[in-house]
Amino acid sequence: MYKQMCRIREFEERIKRTFVEHPGVIRGHAHLGDGAEASIVGSLATKQENDPVMPSYRCHGYPLVLGTPARNVMAEIYMRKDGICKGFGGSMHLSDPARHFPSASAIIGQGIAHAAGVALAAQVKKTGQVVYCYFGDGSSKQGAFYEALNMAAVWKLPVVFILENNQYQAYTHVSLEDANARAGDPLSQKAKAFSIPGVTVDGTDPLAVYEAVAKAVDHARTGNGPSLIESKFYRLSPHGNAITVPPVPTQFQEHEVLEVYGNKAEWEAAKANDPIPKFRKQLIAKGTLTEAEAKKIEDDVRAEMDDVVKFALASPLPSGEEAANSNYVWA
Amino acid sequence: MAREMMFGEAMASAIMEEMQRDPNVVFYGQNMAMTERDPFLKRFGKDRVRITPISETAELGIAVGAAMAGLRPIVELYMSEFMLVAFDEVVNEAPRMRYMSGGQVKVPCVFKAGFGFAAGWAGQHSNCMYNQMMGIPGLKLALPSTPADAKGLMKSAIRDDNPVVYLHHYMLMLDKSEVPDGDYLVPFGVADVKRAGTDVTIVATAWMVKESLAAAEMLAKEGISAEVVDPRTLSPLDVKTIVESVKKTGRLVLVDQAPKYASAAAVIAGAVAEQGFQYLKAPVKLVTALDTSVPYSEPMENYILPNEEKIVQAVKSVLAVHATAV
Repeated sequence: MYKQMCRIREFEERIKRTFVEHPGVIRGHAHLGDGAEASIVGSLATKQENDPVMPSYRCHGYPLVLGTPARNVMAEIYMRKDGICKGFGGSMHLSDPARHFPSASAIIGQGIAHAAGVALAAQVKKTGQVVYCYFGDGSSKQGAFYEALNMAAVWKLPVVFILENNQYQAYTHVSLEDANARAGDPLSQKAKAFSIPGVTVDGTDPLAVYEAVAKAVDHARTGNGPSLIESKFYRLSPHGNAITVPPVPTQFQEHEVLEVYGNKAEWEAAKANDPIPKFRKQLIAKGTLTEAEAKKIEDDVRAEMDDVVKFALASPLPSGEEAANSNYVWA
Repeated sequence: MAREMMFGEAMASAIMEEMQRDPNVVFYGQNMAMTERDPFLKRFGKDRVRITPISETAELGIAVGAAMAGLRPIVELYMSEFMLVAFDEVVNEAPRMRYMSGGQVKVPCVFKAGFGFAAGWAGQHSNCMYNQMMGIPGLKLALPSTPADAKGLMKSAIRDDNPVVYLHHYMLMLDKSEVPDGDYLVPFGVADVKRAGTDVTIVATAWMVKESLAAAEMLAKEGISAEVVDPRTLSPLDVKTIVESVKKTGRLVLVDQAPKYASAAAVIAGAVAEQGFQYLKAPVKLVTALDTSVPYSEPMENYILPNEEKIVQAVKSVLAVHATAV
């Protein structure tokens, strides 16, 4: 688990660096999952090989854990031919259906309905699969959230809805837009609207996440339908790289907590609660990992990501004409 | 062999046959399959035939996800306007996934809805808004005008690996005509000449095909031979057949129940201007609804809509234009 968490972090850090060191290599809008590692890794550790995973557009970490080669994920973000989607999708629309990761939608909340649909297929075809559906706190105010959870509950679809509450929807703090948050209630309370299990878990603790998700997955796999898990952690980068119009270059700026709200105390607390050093400390204290082993993991991860960036930079861009390839427009 | 059938029966038989043929086809929607007496439910069971709440975003989004995971969902939406609530799923999700994934996923699904009621259903239930679903790369759009086309296009739609919006006209539901037995498929992107003629080409969709055929009968009594071309699918659109017809007749009238601006008629006129201008002996004429919402009261509703009379007048006006020598 520790290695996977480090891989995600290092991957996301390299993306941030790419904007500074190689401007123009990544275009558009990239959304990073640094801070989410414990939640991503802890939840995915419960999954069976063929369980589908449906994340949001903040989707880099999941394929890394599923086994998609990091080189091809980076190449996709770098617009290259060797990208997992051959350059057709980019950061927000990764896809690796061979590893049970069909798609990621960037229209906030809509993918929650898609995940319920993947679960419908599992139910009709009797595959025994359980779908892992990830979305942010922001999407839990979208109509699609309510509709999809209701239908999944009525049809007892085999899906686990994992609400990643990182406290912010772009620039908006959750307390400005969520009725439960304003009342001091957990967002997992939304599960009551559908009479399904709802639980809040510390998303910075991979083992706590593992336990909660395993329970929900079992509930779904035994035909009892969906659950809602609110996984709480902090997003350590801003929502995405700054939105600029070409030719103005873009980069990752300061987190909204500083830039918009000027709340230094909250930022410092979040950094102090970084899931990776926290887990590292825990593992060493328990004796699961030695200091030397931890360092070796970190060195290996750095070396892997050096190679990943090198590969992606060297990968050729697709030809323009590929855009008109009829294989991708329609059959 | 063929059998006389109404529009609704033709569509239902297509869905039945395809569900029998392919266990991955599932069918769901609001207010259907409420009880065990439902014929689809009886035949295919409650896994494959389901009732949904009023949740178009989820109904369509679930279809997208299920299609990516190997099912072939048909979503019964009843009225094309109800798709508007979930328009993101129709135009920005279903048709995008195949392309954005670099061809790794397919999204085979059918969004079925009726449209075009001209029976006092007022502004929100009487629209012809299929033009809004044209020009969405990756989204196909079918508009049958006969029970035979209804069956053939539905079978093709279900077998198509792309998302298809399948729209059937409410004013045609009671029409009865011959439908071929068995595995009758109508291909997408192939227009049908419903009536051959030599003096003018009338291109029409859905109910307007019927009105145009009636107008052609009236015109024939005055010695005018009108050719009526039914595109059958607006995406993909068979411009070639339309241009070939214009090449023969030299004159083009487009009939569309929607308001004129940005209508399917305007799109087709543009395609002919680009690809068949040299064959035109007169400017094209569009016979469409007025640029207003559809009013409730009958005389007003009739006033704004195209009809046989207006089509006849339009044909006469394009025939009155004499081509000048080059």
